Amino acid sequence: MPNQIQNNRQPGLLRSVDWLTILIYVVLMGLGWLSVCGASYDFGQPLDFFDFSTRAGMQVVWIGSSLVIALILLSIDDRFMEWLSYFIYLLFIIVLIATPFFARDIKGSLSWIKIGAFSIQPAEFAKFATALCVAKVMSSNGFNVGRWRDFVIAAAVIVVPMLLIVLQKETGSALVYLSFFLMFYREGMPGCLLFAAVSAVVYFVVGVRFAEVPLSGVPTAHLGPFLVLLLIQAFTAFLLWRYTERRSVFRGVLAGGVGTTLVAYLFSRYVIPFDIVWVQLSACIIIILTLLYLALRDRLMSYLYVALFALGSLGVHYSADYAMNHIFEDHQRKRIQVLLGLLDDPQGKGYNVNQAKIAIGSGGLRGKGFLNGTQTKLKYVPEQDTDFIFCTVGEEEGFLGCAVVLFLFLALILRLIHLSERQPFAFGRIYGYCVLSIFLFHVFINVGMVLGLTPVIGIPLPFFSYGGSSLWGFTILLFIFLRIDAARNRMQR
Amino acid sequence: MATNYELEKRKYVLGGVAIAIVLVYLLRLFSLQMLSEDFKRNADSNAFLKRIQYPARGAISDRHGKLLVYNQPAYDIMVVMNEQVGVDTLDLCESLSITPEWYARRMEEIKDRRRNPGYSAYTQQLFMAQLSTEEFSRFREKLFRFSGFYVQKRSIRQYQYPYAAHILGDVGEVGPEDVKRDDYYQGGDYIGKLGVERSYETQLRGVKGSEILLRDARGRIKGRYKDGEFDQAPVPGKNLTLGIDLDLQALGERLMSGKLGSIVAIEPKTGEVLCMVSNPTYDPRLMVGRQRGKNFNILGRDPHKPLLNRAIMGQYPPGSTFKTSQALTFLQEGVITPATSYPCSHGFHFGHLTVGCHGHGSPLPLVPAIATSCNGYFCWGLYHMLGNRQKYPTVQDAMTRWKDFMVSMGFGYALGIDLPGEKRGMIPNAAFYDKAYRGSWNGLTIISISIGQGEVNLTPLQIANLGATIANRGYFITPHVVKAIEGEPLDTLYTKPRYTMTDRRWYEVVAEGMRAAVTGGTCRLANNSQYEVCGKTGTAQNPHGQDHSVFMGFAPKDDPQIAICVYVENGGWGATFGVPIGALMMEQYINGTLSPASEARASELENRHLYKPFVYAEPDSKQ
Repeated sequence: MPNQIQNNRQPGLLRSVDWLTILIYVVLMGLGWLSVCGASYDFGQPLDFFDFSTRAGMQVVWIGSSLVIALILLSIDDRFMEWLSYFIYLLFIIVLIATPFFARDIKGSLSWIKIGAFSIQPAEFAKFATALCVAKVMSSNGFNVGRWRDFVIAAAVIVVPMLLIVLQKETGSALVYLSFFLMFYREGMPGCLLFAAVSAVVYFVVGVRFAEVPLSGVPTAHLGPFLVLLLIQAFTAFLLWRYTERRSVFRGVLAGGVGTTLVAYLFSRYVIPFDIVWVQLSACIIIILTLLYLALRDRLMSYLYVALFALGSLGVHYSADYAMNHIFEDHQRKRIQVLLGLLDDPQGKGYNVNQAKIAIGSGGLRGKGFLNGTQTKLKYVPEQDTDFIFCTVGEEEGFLGCAVVLFLFLALILRLIHLSERQPFAFGRIYGYCVLSIFLFHVFINVGMVLGLTPVIGIPLPFFSYGGSSLWGFTILLFIFLRIDAARNRMQR
Repeated sequence: MATNYELEKRKYVLGGVAIAIVLVYLLRLFSLQMLSEDFKRNADSNAFLKRIQYPARGAISDRHGKLLVYNQPAYDIMVVMNEQVGVDTLDLCESLSITPEWYARRMEEIKDRRRNPGYSAYTQQLFMAQLSTEEFSRFREKLFRFSGFYVQKRSIRQYQYPYAAHILGDVGEVGPEDVKRDDYYQGGDYIGKLGVERSYETQLRGVKGSEILLRDARGRIKGRYKDGEFDQAPVPGKNLTLGIDLDLQALGERLMSGKLGSIVAIEPKTGEVLCMVSNPTYDPRLMVGRQRGKNFNILGRDPHKPLLNRAIMGQYPPGSTFKTSQALTFLQEGVITPATSYPCSHGFHFGHLTVGCHGHGSPLPLVPAIATSCNGYFCWGLYHMLGNRQKYPTVQDAMTRWKDFMVSMGFGYALGIDLPGEKRGMIPNAAFYDKAYRGSWNGLTIISISIGQGEVNLTPLQIANLGATIANRGYFITPHVVKAIEGEPLDTLYTKPRYTMTDRRWYEVVAEGMRAAVTGGTCRLANNSQYEVCGKTGTAQNPHGQDHSVFMGFAPKDDPQIAICVYVENGGWGATFGVPIGALMMEQYINGTLSPASEARASELENRHLYKPFVYAEPDSKQ
């Protein structure tokens, strides 16, 4: 009997595994390898990419071993990982706790453990462990992410490894865990929560980024508070449009807030200059009071919630302002400013981004051709084969190459959405969303950083950046899901 | 769940977010790669030439603002391998005064990736380093003929005085491991190798800048890219002010000439190191420019090890200076009171064990015991402490307590001075003796540690720091040679007091004892009518020949300005070298000058030599 089952399963697996995803995976990894070759190749060197003393050669080893890992993951029972998920999670929590004690200090980060000749970054593997665990927790009977208690439990599963990674001074890797909130959203977390969280980040970034920039034409006001208050009014109006019935209130807020601001701006610019932030602030408070009045009069909770959102927004903005100026120490403030591109730090993160832009810009439509990029090779771009690998694509393969790579990533993510949605059980679906959220976050931050659009957070580009830990980590993440997906029909029967 | 179908629609939101991100990024790529005319025009791979601009390294001055280390221009000859074709090698060699063989060998070295990991045929590689202005001027006239060769203006370190080599350190070319460890460096860069130059490398070096130049197809420079929008000006290094008093340092080096050993002086209130002499020493100017490698090798061959900074790397038995720390421990632990007297009949006798002592009255209370440096007193003290089974259940517990006291005074671990290579000394613990004596030991077995012999080892810095701690009556600030960094606060390690486990009142008693040693004990030579000196001698036995002569002291007794340790290897009695040298140093620092009588004594001490200096001219292969 056992033999028969196994015999039945193998051809079933080959038929039911999602070959399209595997194809995208292999193509991305191949293109990634070419980029590492380009980035680590130096002019005048003999052309031998299989020389294992070079990074290109080592990447062959990592790719080969990743394929082996993928095969192993496909060949084990699909429920194996689900059974083991708590155990795997606990194991990695212990490893993460232990890591700083054994880690060697590499540029301030305590996240690398040396085993023999290789260095391993446990944080890269903790992602799949966390994804498994959170999927298991959330797929248990009666779990409802909309309920506070359940939400807190699921969030704790994510926050614990995140904090441990922060302790290893790998803030970038820790931030990746925020991507799990996308999965929460799919699983029923109220959309307005996600909206509120994103809004808070936007207020903080915009407020700090433009705090010192004068508003054009109005020397008395700063762009930062002006933009944030404008955004608060706009977001409040959006929420009214989305969650309440009466259009008149929405229009009133839009006109009263944005309209007043515009009038005040013109008045201050052309008649008498004054700090229009006070006008905006008054408008916001009037909006909030009106909404509270409406909530009481009509007994509609929606108005109350929107009013609370607006009030909270003001709170976030002013407490961020206060924290930046009074609570944070000098070096903490500096770090935040560097992150937002306000300051060039001594290590030259701003310099990296400038160099990256030059390198990409010099690629043009078709690029300079494989191994012909100069900017990425002559040590102009630091971290050229890890975090800034996308530069090499931009320089050597040009706009067309970049577009191909971005579309491949988009195809992978959309395909993973499709695969997740066809899962018969919540566990598979939730895990799938974790996987695609992590990929999306990595691509969003990494490519955005190289293009100078997002803060410089050192996280790798999946399948492209040089390194064994990240490649193995992403492979494990993906292939556990593909194995679960391959079993979807059998499970239905 | 009924809401499942409603939630399923959220996949469109997430998919939409992914599509939106990719579209925004494509737009951005389009504007960077297709629309920007500059980027397109410069897509030619040779369009950019990045030239590194080196910042001026920070200058170093002493505590009174005397400039010690500054920069002088020098010129590096750089070569770009794939541009240097058809150069007249002979002409080049002649104008640089090098042989064609040297030229060929150097070119091979540059191309060797194992020795030059950052090599690229397209970038500038260091060919010859640090030519002086005169050497360079001949080459400059012909530079236009040597395509592929460039000149990089650099600055090299200049030292104003021949003193303080161990503190100042030097700079040299980065090694391959530096380049691997830190992205900042490229082959040919300079990095601090020793002393302050090394420990404050990041502050001193500043930040390299870069300018991006445009070249035409023939490699001629056409101007700055985007008028320098992407250029980065170099940030000059920060200047350092040392706590060192140069006059004091100079006197110390003078007094130590012909002797092996060290002098460390500390300002007790701040922990600033006022002088740090280690003899034999060398002229820091030997370590500049292209002679550095050669001179470094010569100094390395010297059997007296002039490159060793004995003040922080020499680990010596502290001898009787250590007795002060014992008194402080016993007082705090209640083993003795200031009134406790112990007998001493030419030493400590217990069964067959005898620790000898010299002649003085007996029995003695603590203050005279410190003043006369009585061995018996402190042996009894340690014996009673380690044997006290009421207070400590086992001898191991007593030993652990003792060790904790020592560690709190800064012994047994590196103090954390801002110089590389500090040694930790040696304070034995219970586990150490359990292993050495297989668990069978007691106070008597290890009695010699109470008088600073046996397994106990301290660095001269730790002894000086003990002096500073007594001067402060119970705390010290981690000693540091850098007093101030331009535009940056000192590490809090160097501003926060570290308290020992002993109360202030017991420190007063020990200071009294050290005062008595100067007025009527072993340190009478250090007595000075102008201010009250406190001191303690040490005569440290050692297996390598004559005893070491040690002095630890501070002055004035109230409101101390200087704490000092003098350690002269094989100098005999503490009073022979340690005390007079210490007295002169304190006088120099407190009065700012020496009296004529003291000056005469200084000259006499300067000329008393204890070893034969190594003669560099005839390298001795047997040594």
